[in-house]
Amino acid sequence: MKMFRMLGRSIRDAFKSSIRNFSLSLASISCITITLIIVAVAIIASVNVENVTEKLEKDLTIVVFMENDTTEKEIDNIKETFAKIKNIDTYEFKSKITVKNEMKKESEILGTVLDTFDSDDSPLKDTFQIKVKEIENISDTAKTIEKLDKVAVVRYGEGMVDKLIKAFSSIQKVTYGIVIALIIVTVFLIINTIKLTITTRKREISIMRLVGASNFTIKTPFIIEGMILGIFGSIIPIALTIYGYKAFYNHFGGHLFSQVIVLIKPLPFAYMISLIVLGIGILVGMIGSASAVKKYLKV
Amino acid sequence: MDLIRVRNVEKKYKNGVTAIYDLNLAIEKGSFVFVIGGSGSGKSTLIKMLYREEKPTKGQIIVGGLDVAKLKNKKVYKLRRKLGIVFQDYRLLPKLTVYENVAFALEVIGAKKDEIRVKVLKALEDVDLKNKVHNYPDQLSGGEQQRVAIARAIVNDPKLLLCDEPTGNLDPEKSMEIMKVLNDINKSRGTTIIMATHDKEIVNKMKKQVVTLKDGRLVNFKQKGTYDDEDV
Repeated sequence: MKMFRMLGRSIRDAFKSSIRNFSLSLASISCITITLIIVAVAIIASVNVENVTEKLEKDLTIVVFMENDTTEKEIDNIKETFAKIKNIDTYEFKSKITVKNEMKKESEILGTVLDTFDSDDSPLKDTFQIKVKEIENISDTAKTIEKLDKVAVVRYGEGMVDKLIKAFSSIQKVTYGIVIALIIVTVFLIINTIKLTITTRKREISIMRLVGASNFTIKTPFIIEGMILGIFGSIIPIALTIYGYKAFYNHFGGHLFSQVIVLIKPLPFAYMISLIVLGIGILVGMIGSASAVKKYLKV
Repeated sequence: MDLIRVRNVEKKYKNGVTAIYDLNLAIEKGSFVFVIGGSGSGKSTLIKMLYREEKPTKGQIIVGGLDVAKLKNKKVYKLRRKLGIVFQDYRLLPKLTVYENVAFALEVIGAKKDEIRVKVLKALEDVDLKNKVHNYPDQLSGGEQQRVAIARAIVNDPKLLLCDEPTGNLDPEKSMEIMKVLNDINKSRGTTIIMATHDKEIVNKMKKQVVTLKDGRLVNFKQKGTYDDEDV
């Protein structure tokens, strides 16, 4: 009962204070708004980058072509060596005949052409298709395989793919860095704005302390005020996330620049991002005001 | 029974000034005690230590069973709920009415609305301000403002009322009004009152217990004391 009564008073006080100090509240709110917009864009970008990277990684295989005169014994040796290379996740062996059959299925003309060769003078080669664990190290793995006996050619991706993935992963690190830095900056800005509203209530807080209000009672209205600022500050960023991302997605038809970069569908993705943005807004408001009021709770 | 026990207390401020040297004091429940002394005698420091605005550097202070020196910052409110404090500068909230100022003390500790109403009106009656309930502090005289502050201090029925120069800003006539109010509270509610002052006339007229401090040391503690110039 008492708990609810106190909470009711806290909420009432918080609303009163944010209205009474309207200009300061507006300053905090716009500050949160701007940060959250950038944070939302950064999160959307980095989640999309991650999504694309994952897809590319799944598609990325090393194809190993063996020499034409490779014997079955030598193939077995190669398999044993693969088991020892750490970065190899799985591999699939396709003999000349399997390759030939697959090609036949794909094209009748190719099939008839291939039929003119018998198995000894076939231009086709035995192949391995290899998936790796760490995409970043794919070129090293390819080089190791290239040095093995009877390996004719090693190919992976389009050559550009690993560079693209490396670029993506550094983009991601940078965006995470930006998001964290922005959040820290906003927390400081909120600490300062709430400090200003608190200075005008310094007297009130000192009297509260004198008449025996617990720190919790004193802190709660300010923390709720911070939460309110956070909620108001996240309205525009959320609207932008939901409608803006949808518009962006539709404008580019789900792909950016090329078919390789597939965008995540707006729903429910935009709602999830909105929730995260709201959460960050509330948290930032709370942390800011809690640390601003801390100073006044000594003595 | 002793409400307050001060044992071997020393207070040294961070700037190196020692305000209190080895103080021992026991104050009984229900008593009315003046703490007198010139400026720099340590009387304000003593009052501040009693409500834990300052911590003693050495020694022990027990107020109503609470070890004040050991009280953590977070727990200070437990002590403050047992006592009322009145200052020279009233410390009222200008945007609240007389009623709201007094009610504030109960609201922040989570009292019920009905209970608040009853207690606030009783306290305002005790300080004879029932007709000014809806006024704002700046519409009141200094003496009236101080009485509001006293009402706020006693509204929670504390065992102890600490007054730091409560008449310091008032003329002799208003000062006597305040003293009458405090005396009534001491008698009717049984509240222990400790009042720091340098007002000779008040001390001599009231004939209460007097603790005399000089340069941070206890000079004497008399039962029906007066303000002796040679001691101060």
